[in-house]
Amino acid sequence: MRLPCPCCGWRDLREFTCIGAADYLERPTADAPPEAWDAYLHVRDNPAGPARELWYHDPCGTWLVVERDTVMHAVTGSRAVEDAQ
Amino acid sequence: MRFSGFRVLKEGFGGNRGWKLQWRKPDPKPAYDMLIIGGGGHGLATAYYLAKNHGMTNVAVLEKGYLGSGNIGRNTTIVRANYFLPGNSEFYSHSLKLWEGLEEELNYNVMHSQRGLINLFHSDGQRDAFARRGNAMLAQGDDAILLDREGVRAILPYLDFEQARFPIYGGLYHKRGGTARHDAVAWGYARGADLRGVDLIENCEVTGMSVESGRVSGVSTTRGEISARKVGIVTAGRTSQVAAMAGLRLPIESHILQAFVTEGLKPCIDHVVSFGMGHFYISQSDKGGLVFGGDLDFYPSYASRGNLPGVEQVMEAGMTLMPMIGRAKILRSWGGIMDMTPDGSPIIDRTPIDGLYLDAGWCYGGFKAVPASGWCMAHLMATDQPHPVARRFRLDRFATGRLLDEEGTGSQHNLH
Repeated sequence: MRLPCPCCGWRDLREFTCIGAADYLERPTADAPPEAWDAYLHVRDNPAGPARELWYHDPCGTWLVVERDTVMHAVTGSRAVEDAQ
Repeated sequence: MRFSGFRVLKEGFGGNRGWKLQWRKPDPKPAYDMLIIGGGGHGLATAYYLAKNHGMTNVAVLEKGYLGSGNIGRNTTIVRANYFLPGNSEFYSHSLKLWEGLEEELNYNVMHSQRGLINLFHSDGQRDAFARRGNAMLAQGDDAILLDREGVRAILPYLDFEQARFPIYGGLYHKRGGTARHDAVAWGYARGADLRGVDLIENCEVTGMSVESGRVSGVSTTRGEISARKVGIVTAGRTSQVAAMAGLRLPIESHILQAFVTEGLKPCIDHVVSFGMGHFYISQSDKGGLVFGGDLDFYPSYASRGNLPGVEQVMEAGMTLMPMIGRAKILRSWGGIMDMTPDGSPIIDRTPIDGLYLDAGWCYGGFKAVPASGWCMAHLMATDQPHPVARRFRLDRFATGRLLDEEGTGSQHNLH
C-alpha cells in the first residue's frame, strides 16, 4: 500500500505511522466530563468501509488526515491536518 | 456418537461407512431463550457451557458463514497461561486448566500438546521483568522456570545466541504451555453443544437487532426474525458492526494480524519459541509446517489479508533468531481481523442494553482463552453476574481507569 503525502506525493507505507481514527483530533476541553475523555481516547466507530484516520509521515513530519476504505484499502483522500480541520 | 480407539478400529474394518455427521443442521425456530451471535470458538464454547453448566438448552448459535470459519480456523494455536496482571492471571490460569481436561470433557481429540513455551529475553532489565512475571505465574499456581543462556541453549541449540542487536540472555520456560489443533476445538464444542440440544444455525447472518425500551427482544437475520430474552455478541473482529445494530459504540478497533506456514519439514522445533523483541514467535505443527507470526499491520483493516512490510518484518525477525529456517519455503500466509481494545485485554460484560451481553476484545490472544471465555460468558448470561475469574473484564473499565494493560503500552488500540 502507498499513501499520498501533500508534501512528498505518493510514498511507501513504511514511511508512515498510523495513529488511529481521526477522533484523536477532537480533543475535549480540560473541563469536559470524564465520558468525553473516554470517548476521545477509547471509543471508536471502527467502520468496515470508508474511514477517516490520523497518520504521520515520518520523513517530512506532516500529520495527515487520510480517507481510506478499511475493506478495500483504497485511498480516496489525504490532507495535512491543518487543511483538513 | 462417541469417539474411541475401539470405534476407530471397528469403522476401519467396516470401510468407515458408520461415521455420521457430527451435528444437526436445524432451521431456526422463531424464538429461543438465548441467542449467541457468532459460531466461532468463543461462541460455541459459550453455548456448550450454557448447556453443560447451567442447563440452558433452548439456545441457538447464529453463524453467518460456516462454524469455525473465522479466527478459530486460522490462528497460530498457542495455549499458555503466562500473564502477570491480576485479572488476566487468574483467567488464563483457569483457561489452561480447562484445556488440560478438554479432550476428555468433549470426547474429542483437540490435539492439545503441552510441549512448552519459551519467551526469550535480551537484557538484564528484561530478565528482571521476566523473573517477576515468572513469580506471578508461580503465585497463581501455574508453572515457570527462569532459564539462563546455557539453559536455553540446552533446549533450543539452533538459535543464534550471539546476534548483535538482541543477544539472548535467557528465557522464561512455561512447561504447560503449548499448542492445540485449532479447528478441532470449534468442532468439539459444536458437537458437545449440539448433543445437549443447542441449535447451531449456519449461513445465518444477523442483520439487525430489536431493542425496545432499553431491552433486547431479538434479532433479524438472513433466515428470518428470531426473538430471545438474552443475546450474546461473540463476533471478534466484526464486534463493532454487530454492536452498532443495537446503537452501541465500543472501545474496539479492528486490525490485521498476519501468520505464515511453511512446507512440511521433519521435526526440528519441539517447543513454542517467542522472540518478543523481534515480534516473532514460532512452533511446528504436527504435519511438519513451521507456523509463525509477528505483529499487527498497525492500521485498521477488514481486508483479511496482510501487507508486504508486515511480511518483511516477520521474515527478518525469523532469520535473526533462527537462521536455519531460511531455506524453508512459505506455503501460505493469512491475515485475521483482530478486535483490538485500548489496553489489550478482553471484555466479558453486560452492555447498557438489558439482555445484551458482550464477549469481545480478544486482540490477538483469543485462542488460548476459548474454554474460559465460553465458561465465563455462559456464567454471565445465565446468572447476570460476572464469573469471579473474569470480573475485571469490564466494559466500563476504560471510563473508570481500571485498565488491564498487560504490556504497559498505553491507550492506543494498535499498540497492543
